[in-house]
Amino acid sequence: MIYHSSSIAIGIFVTFVGLVLGLSFYLGRKAKSAQGYYTAHGEIHWFVNGVAFAGDYLSAASFLGICGMIAFYGYDGFLYSIGYLAGWVVALFVVAEPLKRLGKFTFADALDKQFNSRGIKLTAAISTLVVSIFYLIPQMVGAGALVKPLLGFTHVQGVLLVGVVVVTIVVTAGMVSTTWVQFIKGSLLVLFCGVLVAMILGRGLSTHTGHNFRTLRADAFADDPEVMILPATGPWKDKPFVRVQNKASGRVSVWRKDKGGLTETQTVTEVEDLTTHTKKKLVNGLPQGEGPGQATLLPVGTISKLPGGKTETGSLSVPEFFSTLSESEIVLWGNDKITEKTGARTVQTTVYYQKLTPGKDVLVPGMSPTFSGLQKDAFYPKLDFLSLMLALFCGTASLPHILIRYYTVKDESAVRKSTVVGIASIGFFYVLTLFLGLGAMTGGTLDVTNTNMAAPLLARSFGEIPFAIISAIAFTTVLGTVSGLIMAASGAVAHDILTNFFQLDMADHNKVRAGKWVAVLVGIIAMVLGVLFEKMNVSFLVGWAFNVAASANLPALVMLLFWKRTTKQGITWAIVVGMVSSLAWILLSGETYKNVYGLDPALSLVKFSQPAIVTIPLGFLTLVVASLLTRPANKPAVA
Amino acid sequence: MAPAPTPSSPTRIQRNARYGLILFVVYLALYAGFMAVSVLGPREMAVPVLFGMNLAIVYGFVLIVAALVLALVYMALCSRPMPEASSEESQQ
Repeated sequence: MIYHSSSIAIGIFVTFVGLVLGLSFYLGRKAKSAQGYYTAHGEIHWFVNGVAFAGDYLSAASFLGICGMIAFYGYDGFLYSIGYLAGWVVALFVVAEPLKRLGKFTFADALDKQFNSRGIKLTAAISTLVVSIFYLIPQMVGAGALVKPLLGFTHVQGVLLVGVVVVTIVVTAGMVSTTWVQFIKGSLLVLFCGVLVAMILGRGLSTHTGHNFRTLRADAFADDPEVMILPATGPWKDKPFVRVQNKASGRVSVWRKDKGGLTETQTVTEVEDLTTHTKKKLVNGLPQGEGPGQATLLPVGTISKLPGGKTETGSLSVPEFFSTLSESEIVLWGNDKITEKTGARTVQTTVYYQKLTPGKDVLVPGMSPTFSGLQKDAFYPKLDFLSLMLALFCGTASLPHILIRYYTVKDESAVRKSTVVGIASIGFFYVLTLFLGLGAMTGGTLDVTNTNMAAPLLARSFGEIPFAIISAIAFTTVLGTVSGLIMAASGAVAHDILTNFFQLDMADHNKVRAGKWVAVLVGIIAMVLGVLFEKMNVSFLVGWAFNVAASANLPALVMLLFWKRTTKQGITWAIVVGMVSSLAWILLSGETYKNVYGLDPALSLVKFSQPAIVTIPLGFLTLVVASLLTRPANKPAVA
Repeated sequence: MAPAPTPSSPTRIQRNARYGLILFVVYLALYAGFMAVSVLGPREMAVPVLFGMNLAIVYGFVLIVAALVLALVYMALCSRPMPEASSEESQQ
């Protein structure tokens, strides 16, 4: 799709970002000491911290990724909502208060308090860095996706803009400004998404939304003298498509053979000349653009049939919204990539085609490629699902940028209360994601090429102002989460590695300065990765971050709290084995083969993509074995 | 200056940890039930159970609401005074 920026959208966006930056500079005056920079002196009020938890946690993955996944595949995206929230139960009931008692600045402080081990300091800091960078990738990808329609920027420009703004926020004031940015963002995100859901229910469901794609008789082109049907040869041979070329213009359109006849598709064709290394992009058989002789992708996402033959429902209550959808017929969109090599040319055509889907099918798990195995009797896909749900459950309590927020309030009681406020805000938001995603699915505004844009484009269906507000909030969503992650990474390097591991004797202001330089460096790494991973669904990428966090950090944290024989070697090895095994598993998985390396997923070395179900128990086992082997002779390892 | 933290006694810490673990097990059972139905009986998820909404929707909402309810129960339990240790805590 071609996006146009509007002056209203730009005005609201610039005001928003300006206010956030102004607040950051104002609060920056307070952060002169290391304690102020990393933990805001422990002076944050529990309610503000609780909403800031929501601002920190409701990342681009939650807002853009989940809504996009629900909009394209239905209930499967909501599985992420359920898993993300469930993880907070582990955080509140098991981890929060002990972590507050044990730590000072970082997660490594808590793990290391009873041991004073350089091994724990180093491995915990590296684990924090790895998880933070993994989690940063989807945030930056989300930022690039957002800025494109809002300001008319390219993906690269969007990523650079976020990177520069976030690094400015973190470098100016550390945890104080980060907390307030997250508080503002968390409040506004939940509030405006609530308003958007009320608008969705008020509008109801209709069969009039979006472009009306054509369905023709199966023999519609057989006797048409103006066109010729191209032979189904090469990679087109076994595909359910008919290619039709207009004799006068040479334009090729692709139609899908369905039971009802031929349905209209949309295509994106990339032609690469291998001798001149030039590329050309065609959309629906014409150069991409809006001028004469050009074409652009059309927005999708419609209901083809409502129950009782109605064409619109009017406003709906919550139960009516779901029951009406389940009795409707919805047009979802699939895609098929077809690559032809002829001489010195490579032609890759992506065909986006309609899939008429009963509404009841989008309200149960199993429609997306990730979870499609749930509806079949296949063992590994089901294991993959269980593994992801386990990673989401265990991952939250292991995320470094969440854990450091326990040090910004004064005591355990404040930790408890702020976590409950966080659960209330986050839980309410996750309920809203289902309505937002289904609203986008049926609102006629989706971009078939980009799942991450579903929520902002849904807002656009209500007008430019809701679109501008939601986009600006989504942008601050990215700012809030990215600043939290960069803070965590900065603390890991400056406090855990430089001060504690290398034992550099740094004055307080030098420690803060080192943290700021690390923030700049991590920001640059995040920008580079955000450009490289542009095409991947952000929710899927966050799933990986949860896997690594849960595998590397949770066994060490839980066993330290509940097993008295835990030794420093046990903790060190559990972190190393959990981190390396989960990373290796992800890099060797079919999903990575397909989406990152561009290889056939069947060639992958592991049978399912989500490692947690193997690597979390492996982390626990490593800790137990290493602790038993290194137990001091005469006394328990931990008093 | 940072406000002075309110310290907890060891008995209070132990009691709160016990409450936390019990509530954690309750939620874990609910979450495991959801995963079990999704894997073992995915077709059951399509069955309407409440006001025309299917089991998948209702169970998903229940998991989200249950997390908040249990969190509030935990906060209420943790804020109860320690009967035998009230004098000990008042001295701190």
